[in-house]
Amino acid sequence: MTVGTPLPHDAAALHVTGQARYVDDLPVPANCLHLAFGLSTIARGKITGLDVSAVSAADGVVAVLTEKDLPFENDVSPSVHDEPLLATGTVHYVGQPIFLVVAQSHLAARKAARLATIEYAEETPIVTIDQALAANSRFEDGPIVWSKGDAADAIKNAANRVQGSMEIGAQEHFYLEGQVALARPQEGGDMLVHSSSQHPTEIQHKVAHALGCPMHAVRVEIRRMGGGFGGKESQGNALAVGCAIAARQTGRPCKMRYDRDDDMTITGKRHDFRIDYDVGFDKNGRVSGIEFTQYARCGWALDLSIPVADRAMLHADNAYDLPAATITSHRLKTNTQSATAYRGFGGPQGMVGIERVMDHIAHNLGLDPLEVRRTNFYRDMTETPPTPAQTTPYHMEVEDFELNAMVRELAASSDYQNRRKRIAEWNAGNEVLKKGIALTPVKFGISFTLTHLNQAGALVHVYQDGSIQMNHGGTEMGQGLFQKVAQVAAHSFGVDTKLVKITATDTAKVPNTSATAASSGSDLNGMAVKAACDTIRERISDFLMEYYQADDVRFEGGQVHIGDKVIRFEEAAILAYENRISLSATGFYKTPKIEWNRVTGRGRPFYYFAYGAAVTECVIDTLTGENRILRTDILHDAGASLNPALDIGQIEGGFVQGAGWLTTEELVWDASGRLRTHAPSTYKIPACSDRPDIFNVALWDGKNREDTIYRSKAVGEPPFMLGISAHAALSDAVAACGAAYPNLNAPATAETILHAVTAVRS
Amino acid sequence: MTKVSLSLNGKPVSGKVEGRTLLADFLREGQGLTGTHIGCDTSQCGACLVHVNGDLVKSCTMFALEAEGCEVTTIEGVAAGDGTLSGIQDAFREHHGLQCGFCTPGMVMSTAELLKINPKPSEADIRDHLEGNICRCTGYHNIIKAIMAASGQDVSGIAAE
Ligand code: FES
Ligand code: FES
Repeated sequence: MTVGTPLPHDAAALHVTGQARYVDDLPVPANCLHLAFGLSTIARGKITGLDVSAVSAADGVVAVLTEKDLPFENDVSPSVHDEPLLATGTVHYVGQPIFLVVAQSHLAARKAARLATIEYAEETPIVTIDQALAANSRFEDGPIVWSKGDAADAIKNAANRVQGSMEIGAQEHFYLEGQVALARPQEGGDMLVHSSSQHPTEIQHKVAHALGCPMHAVRVEIRRMGGGFGGKESQGNALAVGCAIAARQTGRPCKMRYDRDDDMTITGKRHDFRIDYDVGFDKNGRVSGIEFTQYARCGWALDLSIPVADRAMLHADNAYDLPAATITSHRLKTNTQSATAYRGFGGPQGMVGIERVMDHIAHNLGLDPLEVRRTNFYRDMTETPPTPAQTTPYHMEVEDFELNAMVRELAASSDYQNRRKRIAEWNAGNEVLKKGIALTPVKFGISFTLTHLNQAGALVHVYQDGSIQMNHGGTEMGQGLFQKVAQVAAHSFGVDTKLVKITATDTAKVPNTSATAASSGSDLNGMAVKAACDTIRERISDFLMEYYQADDVRFEGGQVHIGDKVIRFEEAAILAYENRISLSATGFYKTPKIEWNRVTGRGRPFYYFAYGAAVTECVIDTLTGENRILRTDILHDAGASLNPALDIGQIEGGFVQGAGWLTTEELVWDASGRLRTHAPSTYKIPACSDRPDIFNVALWDGKNREDTIYRSKAVGEPPFMLGISAHAALSDAVAACGAAYPNLNAPATAETILHAVTAVRS
Repeated sequence: MTKVSLSLNGKPVSGKVEGRTLLADFLREGQGLTGTHIGCDTSQCGACLVHVNGDLVKSCTMFALEAEGCEVTTIEGVAAGDGTLSGIQDAFREHHGLQCGFCTPGMVMSTAELLKINPKPSEADIRDHLEGNICRCTGYHNIIKAIMAASGQDVSGIAAE
């Protein structure tokens, strides 16, 4: 039994000894060149003069490329070709690459990149949501609207109504390993690219276009990333393409790594949002109708903003059955970094919106927010499905809900009710410090909303000594995907995972892969690897049954049982080889049941939902706004977990990252469009001391109702949104300071909390 | 270019460096010891921690020339010569104190110093000590657990495997 075992990360021993290689650690020939971009220093305008002679003349510089020097396509966009590698006459944000320096060393390239003389005809940049709305600066023609029932009418006829608006800040990925790529020219014009990317096929595709060659001439290999979180889904394109073009032109290997400052200045981040809401409800807080207007700040290029903003709409209900809902989404174009994928992919923003509404309703009625949440939950799926069928605002039937039971268990195990009472008493006796507590649920849809992306391939070889090599299209960024999938492979052959070699993701082995994103890594690749293993195992079985004249074959404990005969797996392998049985197979998987029409906002975009809930307690200092998370209890649904240790690691890390987004992590752009928080000295990601003092995490004992890989559930993104409980708890603490509703924005930094405290007190 | 000589993981090494060459770059590029990672370039993240004469140093913030004559230990010098993991390394592996692993060498070097000065640190001591080490993946829970385990303390009460 290897599936379900809490084995350590496959590369753990390499990591603790410093032997695990990231792209920047690969040995390169001595003639390797290093690249750096020359960046725009203004947010919007025309380039009226570009003089790079001082750059070319600088020490160690081998070449300087501008858009005119690019041989083929000048584009690194993952979507609609609106993102040139190097600016073409106009610039759209501070940090946009304008030229490319190729030099003998990383330092020489970076120093020279500062030496260009660039003249601009500056225009007034569009930086904020309000500015974008005023200028009608947006992607797509107008807002996207999806609805179910007549929300306006339901709100009008409701006994109670609240309206509000919430600002939700952006988030920097801060993958600890920055963006990096290495291109090595091969014979006949072929190119080998190593890239820290979640999407090898896209790197291959963009490099091929930039070099004017077919995809077969480009091979992309990725062993691991030092963190991705969505930030390496499309943001690595520019580095890989830049390296490939320079490598082609110089005939030498070329490497580019962004320094942290450059990384934060150049690359896209989580979309910041404003969400307006208008909701009607009865005396128990049961919602009858709701209208959301979501404003997403997308930055200068489209990147992945359409599916991100769609997913925000698709999570506007979170765990709540909304009888009538209208969700309107504005995708605004601004002169800032092109906002991109980030763990949850818009889902967190949509979810924060409805959780805010639940809190606001509870405050309005003087009820415990948890009661209002429960009143509005979808019904749990039991043996007899709920009638009439319950549907989301996008008309998908919810067939696997289980949060009623999960929340019951979590409220009990965390002693929520008693602690809530004790906190109220404690607050009554404390003027300066105030505590808050909140329980928030997560229901997250699993599948890419672009249906054709829900496919995966694998390649498995069994060698004649019985060792197994496994390859699939998923990439490893720390989430433990490789180990989980190796456990699937080992399980298929009934052998120890030590027999299974995990190899780097390689476009030459498995083609046409989707990004490792949407939490889909083990769902898709696990199934594809299982399919390949099953094919080989069946070939071996058929052969052995005939060879030993037996009726059944079992692979178990490193052995193969053929009728009464027992041989080691290694013996079976060599025997099969000697009898000319093919021991290599591909596997393929596509997710069943899904179909989605984003124009009408109807369909089944998700194969299933992953669930979780968290209770967080925190304390604020009402004189300074400073705050701490005191305790967090989590119950999370990973289905029948493939590896509970790795899954719990995702949950812990996801929660802390989600809480960081909504509390300390603040990105600040000034009026000129310059990002002022472009280093960890000014951008505060959670440190060890920020994690909750008490942190209890448990897995819900359940199986996926859908037929996923060994009935497990995806776990990469869903736990991120458990962090919403920290924000809700802070809001609860602020609410203890006065009668007014806190209207707490995110991130709830000390300043934001202090403002909110002042506001509720006056 | 100036010559710098030092003891690196117990072996004498020397190389030519510029005055401005950082110790991190000397280790990674000059010596091929890529286990010392560059996470932030600006002394914030702790991925580049090494020991210089037994003290914990962020190698992105020290010139290679400043290490002249010093004894420098990197992550590559922590395990025994035959590859046997140190107690700290083994605890990080066993207790899942890593995900992407990029912060791990720095975490291990930092822990080694902590346990030298405080062989049985409390959770609060660990939080304090790790203030200069950022991990973006794990949420720190399993890192704390690994350090408690490495210092021979009972971790069964620290929730979740
Ligand atoms: S690279 Fe030295 S502290 Fe981050
Ligand atoms: S494991 Fe990725 S940064 Fe710590």
